[in-house]
Amino acid sequence: MSEKQNLKQRLEAVNEYERTPIPKNKLKGWKSFIGTYAGEHTAGTEFVLGPLFVAHGASAGDLVSGLIVGNILAVLSWAFFTGKVAVKTRTTLYYQLEKIAGNRFTLVYNVVNAALFCFLAGSMIAVSATAVGIPFNLQMPSLTDVYPNSVGWVITVFGIGAITTVVAMFGFNVISKFANIAAPWMIMIFIAAAVGVLPRLGITSFSEFWPIADSTIWNGVPLEGQSKFTFWHIMFFAWFCNMGMHIGMADMSLLRYAKKWTYGFSSATGVFLGHFIAWMASGILYSLFLLESKGSLVFAPGPIAYEAAGIAGAVCVVIAGWTTANPTLYRAGLAIQSINPKWKTWKVTLFVGLVTTIAACFPALVMQLLEFVALYGLILMPLGAVIFLDVFVLPKMGLASNYAELTKSHFNPAVGITWAIALIFCLGLNIYGGVEIFFLGLPGWFVAVIVYLLASKALQKKTSNVSPTIPLTY
Amino acid sequence: MKNILKIISFAALALTLAPSFLVFKGSITPELSKTLMLIGTIVWFATASFWMNKSEEETEGQ
Repeated sequence: MSEKQNLKQRLEAVNEYERTPIPKNKLKGWKSFIGTYAGEHTAGTEFVLGPLFVAHGASAGDLVSGLIVGNILAVLSWAFFTGKVAVKTRTTLYYQLEKIAGNRFTLVYNVVNAALFCFLAGSMIAVSATAVGIPFNLQMPSLTDVYPNSVGWVITVFGIGAITTVVAMFGFNVISKFANIAAPWMIMIFIAAAVGVLPRLGITSFSEFWPIADSTIWNGVPLEGQSKFTFWHIMFFAWFCNMGMHIGMADMSLLRYAKKWTYGFSSATGVFLGHFIAWMASGILYSLFLLESKGSLVFAPGPIAYEAAGIAGAVCVVIAGWTTANPTLYRAGLAIQSINPKWKTWKVTLFVGLVTTIAACFPALVMQLLEFVALYGLILMPLGAVIFLDVFVLPKMGLASNYAELTKSHFNPAVGITWAIALIFCLGLNIYGGVEIFFLGLPGWFVAVIVYLLASKALQKKTSNVSPTIPLTY
Repeated sequence: MKNILKIISFAALALTLAPSFLVFKGSITPELSKTLMLIGTIVWFATASFWMNKSEEETEGQ
């Protein structure tokens, strides 16, 4: 009984500063962010996204150059957009948006956002399950599977979901510590797994790597039914695959703990280890799998990693999925909790974890990951533009920041209009212009900027132009 | 003690990576490489958790 009370007290004591700026003594150093980013972006998704480039017929030259340019743009976005805003406000995306857009708007946004996060976390739990199921000879899902294919699959997913949820319930510190420990090891496994299979691809010396990479691994020929990826696809993919996190401002939740905005550059560990080395490594593994299985439709990262690196490889898939699912669940919990701040963080996370685990039972979640990642970034992007403008640009134009808070309004129509027009524009560009989803973020952002500035200018009534929020000095 | 643990941890990390290059060079078999990687994994997690987050906690506690 006393143990139960002790556990409850510990859970109740988890304070993540959802509605107050992070106090100065709670700010974190570089190490925390380097570990978190490296752990988060060397993740289960890498076992799915890396093979994408193989399937879409990326050439080796386009892949390397596209990833380098796209990753640099992503890091700059994290630092100059998310880092600057997070350090200036030290609040979560959700609370900041509530101050700008009003609580009725954020209610809708948060539900949408939490659902997207659950979807992402769920896919990572499913990826982990492909590795956990190996010793049980679990029937693995294939590219065309939508529904759970066995009772064993459901039990495995629920086991992983329960562990992930319990860890997320204890807050950011626990997640950060585990990511710190797992990150260096994970990247070693990615590299080791790929290097160890090179002889099976006919590469026995380093000088042979590039010719075979260009002719066999990333041969420039898409698989049947897949579109062809060019340099531009890869560059925009690398830049925008985490658009919701940087330009969309979701990572304010993490970077608000940063002592300086420049800590946003620590995202470089994530993108260059995870979105460069790990994507190349998983591409090599998938290419070998396709060659040796003669084009099998089975899509299960666990067995592929196990085949290449043994038990350590399978464990890597589990942990890679876990270190992505954990902070994602944490973010989903924050999104839901902002609907009603009286709800306890741990109870909300428990609920979110249950929903996520149920969703993870459906293999379609993994198979549709690319479309989902693109959609997720697009949906969050216009609100990121709104927050950036509201913090840095509106005051310079003589307009009020945090307009909903200032006017005690439940809904700032300028934000609603911006979100709707930007998304409708992107949808139109996709349907009528035939523009692929990964290219929509850039024009969509400019549309959001123009619409929000015009709408704010038109709709803001004359106010004292002084936000009730006290500016921070650290 | 902390320094000894760090040395063991980094050695374990090296043990996770290095065998694959030996497979690449044809010096060891893939099976031996997998076993060594697993040993490296176990030792890494067993030792790194004792020092990796400690220095930051000490700083925060001050």
